[in-house]
Amino acid sequence: MDNNSVVIKVCSGTGSISAGGAEVLHAFRELVLSSDLEASFQDRCRADKVGCRGFCARDVLVDVVIDGEKTTYERVKSDMVPRIFEEHILGGSPVQEWTADELHQSFQDNQKKVVLAHCGEIDPEDLDAYLNVKGYEAARNAFNDMQPVEIIEKIKRSKLRGRGGAGFSTGHKWEFAYKVDEKEKYVVCNGNESDPGAFADRCIMEGDPHAVIEGMMICARAIGAGKGYIYIRDGYSLAVKRLRLALKQCHERGFLGKNIFESGQDLDIRLYPAPGAFICGEATALVQSIEGKRAMPTPRLTRTSENGIRGKPTVINNAETLANVPKILRNGASWFAGLGTDTSGGTKVFSLTGKVKSNGLVEVPMGATLRDVVYKVGGGIDQDRAFKGIQLGGPTGGCVPESCLDSRVDYESLAVAGTIMGSGGMVVLDETNCIVDTAKFFLDITQAESCGKCTPCRIGMRRMYEILERITSGNGRDGDVELLEDLGSHIRTTSLCGFGMTAPNPVLSTVRFFRDEYNIHIRDRKCPALVCKSLLTFSCIEETCTGCGMCKRVCPADAIRGTRKKPHFIDQELCVKCGSCFDSCKFGAILKE
Amino acid sequence: MGSSKVTLNIDGKEVIAEKNSTILDAARKLEITIPSLCHNPDLVPFGGCRLCLVEVAGTSRPVASCAALVQEGMRVKSSTNYLERLRRTNVELLLSDHPNDCMLCERAGNCKLQELAYYYGIRENRFEGIRREYPEQDNNPFIRREMEKCIMCGQCVRICDEIQGVGAIDFAYKGLWTKVSPPFEKDLDCEFCGQCVAVCPTGALTGRMWASKGRQKFREVETVCPYCGCGCNITLAVKKNEIARVYSKKDTVNQGMLCVKGRFAYDFVHSQDRLTRPLIRINPAKDLYLHQENPYADSSSSAGFKPDPAQFREASWEEALDYTALRLKEIKDRHGPDVIGGLASARCTNEDNYLFQKFMRMAVGTNNVDHCARY
Repeated sequence: MDNNSVVIKVCSGTGSISAGGAEVLHAFRELVLSSDLEASFQDRCRADKVGCRGFCARDVLVDVVIDGEKTTYERVKSDMVPRIFEEHILGGSPVQEWTADELHQSFQDNQKKVVLAHCGEIDPEDLDAYLNVKGYEAARNAFNDMQPVEIIEKIKRSKLRGRGGAGFSTGHKWEFAYKVDEKEKYVVCNGNESDPGAFADRCIMEGDPHAVIEGMMICARAIGAGKGYIYIRDGYSLAVKRLRLALKQCHERGFLGKNIFESGQDLDIRLYPAPGAFICGEATALVQSIEGKRAMPTPRLTRTSENGIRGKPTVINNAETLANVPKILRNGASWFAGLGTDTSGGTKVFSLTGKVKSNGLVEVPMGATLRDVVYKVGGGIDQDRAFKGIQLGGPTGGCVPESCLDSRVDYESLAVAGTIMGSGGMVVLDETNCIVDTAKFFLDITQAESCGKCTPCRIGMRRMYEILERITSGNGRDGDVELLEDLGSHIRTTSLCGFGMTAPNPVLSTVRFFRDEYNIHIRDRKCPALVCKSLLTFSCIEETCTGCGMCKRVCPADAIRGTRKKPHFIDQELCVKCGSCFDSCKFGAILKE
Repeated sequence: MGSSKVTLNIDGKEVIAEKNSTILDAARKLEITIPSLCHNPDLVPFGGCRLCLVEVAGTSRPVASCAALVQEGMRVKSSTNYLERLRRTNVELLLSDHPNDCMLCERAGNCKLQELAYYYGIRENRFEGIRREYPEQDNNPFIRREMEKCIMCGQCVRICDEIQGVGAIDFAYKGLWTKVSPPFEKDLDCEFCGQCVAVCPTGALTGRMWASKGRQKFREVETVCPYCGCGCNITLAVKKNEIARVYSKKDTVNQGMLCVKGRFAYDFVHSQDRLTRPLIRINPAKDLYLHQENPYADSSSSAGFKPDPAQFREASWEEALDYTALRLKEIKDRHGPDVIGGLASARCTNEDNYLFQKFMRMAVGTNNVDHCARY
């Protein structure tokens, strides 16, 4: 980047666009192009749209880079643009009140960006921008100067493991496919990220689509595939649009198509919008889906890497896994392996959400502790409440308590702690979250997303959900916790696919770590976190009540009695537990317990 | 890659099995019973019911024997307390979403789920909750669907697709609400071959004409389907000298498969309108015009399709054949053989049809012979 330049980088991820990012970008571009500026300034100043840089809670994020020096603005609205332009870009002094605070700094500084390195830096819709950061060099190198075995060896040495959740060694997977003597082979990018609260793959596909394609090209070279599919969740409209554009650009430049990089190998990559079910991301179901059938997992008589789409060897890699590949080839396997732990190289992107101060997409090296992620990157618990637990790996992951905060984030350590890496969702819970209600929330998703093929998952998950429902509604029975445990481990043991094997995790892990809270719900009919409505009671504290009558007025059930200036009382028979009285009382005289 | 057979050990017994066979196949060779609801040897392994779980030494979790290939030296346990508990739980789960309708169900006594509930002695179910309920659908006279009884074994879907090649039904929806359904929940509109009915292990799919005709203690009559020259073997389940249902057994030429006619179109057998003896026309007009009054014309009356007794009389086969031969001869002598034509039927066997054309050509002496499927 030349020294005399001004680059305005406007975040244009899905989160940002919904916060008004497109208008902000437009406003900057208008100002840059406005007629009363000198032509020489216009030549060296430009406004770029860039991918998501993670801190979606504070969108729209804008970086102003003047002569290589970066200033970040957060929560930018289009009406703030003229002042930033006037004072900072033309005047040279940043608008301090809108710049990023320390929390933002620690959010960014405590991360290690490898996969997300380009997200937020380059224009994802511009192939040249990607080429400027050495894009497609790794692929060119792989096709021209490397033998498939060399590539596979390198990936193996890098200790890259599948980021989809199971953590299977990517190099080994490629090797299986490479060794099968077949003309027709496939490489598939699994972008069917469906976990609520997970958006890592989406941001990578939106922010750096060419990295994913380059990873697929390298994989295709390694295994000898002539065809690739990007299997992407159709709801990710921006990612679909950007990948489609990126594929078109690649075909136009000859990076894809016939005889790519004069290597003699053809490669055609197509976009396959997924029909939209959680289970579509399961490898065997994905294969069924691409073949045009209903996405239902099939028994794994053989590996999909040997016997996948139409019975041909098929490597299915997660989008994040693939985006790592070009970086490994460029910077070396030992560099990548060195970032992580002994068993797992590189970094992992997590979608950090819930009750932390800084919500967003974070990338940390494998082996960082959960505490680092929550307290250093995430800035601690929102409103400095007490930490309660952290749900890892999406709705099929597990919830671990404070005692596990020093666990390292890698596949083995998380399994020991009682959860999984999964999709990289991290939902932080604080003392105001009811653990039974949280488990119910996740089961509500998983029981509805079961494909319906196998008995334990189809009916068992529904029954587990119903048991949770009766516990949270105050109808829990003695033995319900044991029944949940029994049924949960039954589903885990007997289900057909990885979904069923992990779906009871939210319940099993919370029963393991928060058994008391379940028991209080059942035995005492109380919800300690004051979340489960049916278990709440609202009453009037006589000493505090001033008899203002406010509660009486807002009560929709006419459950509050009392004469003016005298303490009121709540008729428990009539109370519908809406909480209006609690919210309306100015004197704190309503007791919620 | 060496021999195509492997030796494995199931419940302490050695068995030699084909390399590409499953553990379940090998167990059946040893006559070890492993319960299963979704397995069908003619179809691609499904692995859905999770009842055929077995323990394999060296694996951390039980494997579905219907969908796991045998391996050399494998050591398998087909039944342990642990496995029986898992199977029992799965049956409990299935029953927790199954109507308690055995008293009226067409399949009672011939239902795999009922059998398993009986075997595991499930009177009290630990699980309860919402059950699927669906309105009755379909106007066709053949197949009755009661989808709340469906246990999602997928055999109907697979046989329709893999063997029949029709694909009239597939899974729809997700979770507990997954349902086998024709496209867009429309009424079933297919060939009605009833292959799905034949493989359904529960009362979800039954024959409409089975209703109230009895469920057990049938007298089985082995016979051949009269509808076409294929000659499928069928078994009539007879009760009180009436056909209650028709099915076909596995070890037959047709491997137990039938079409809509063989399986469902048997009501003619007991039809009151059926001719059971030859009839000879009384005083036939010398020259029959084509548009002569139809002797079956008054069929709209409640008497059914009976021919008018004033025009016909019953005769023995001997008399009828003699009479026919005599008349054919007379006609041939007077007008020549080419005024006679013969139409044969696909419902006859190849041999019958061969003989018929031979008869027309040699005995009658004409080439005027045809067949609904052409000679």
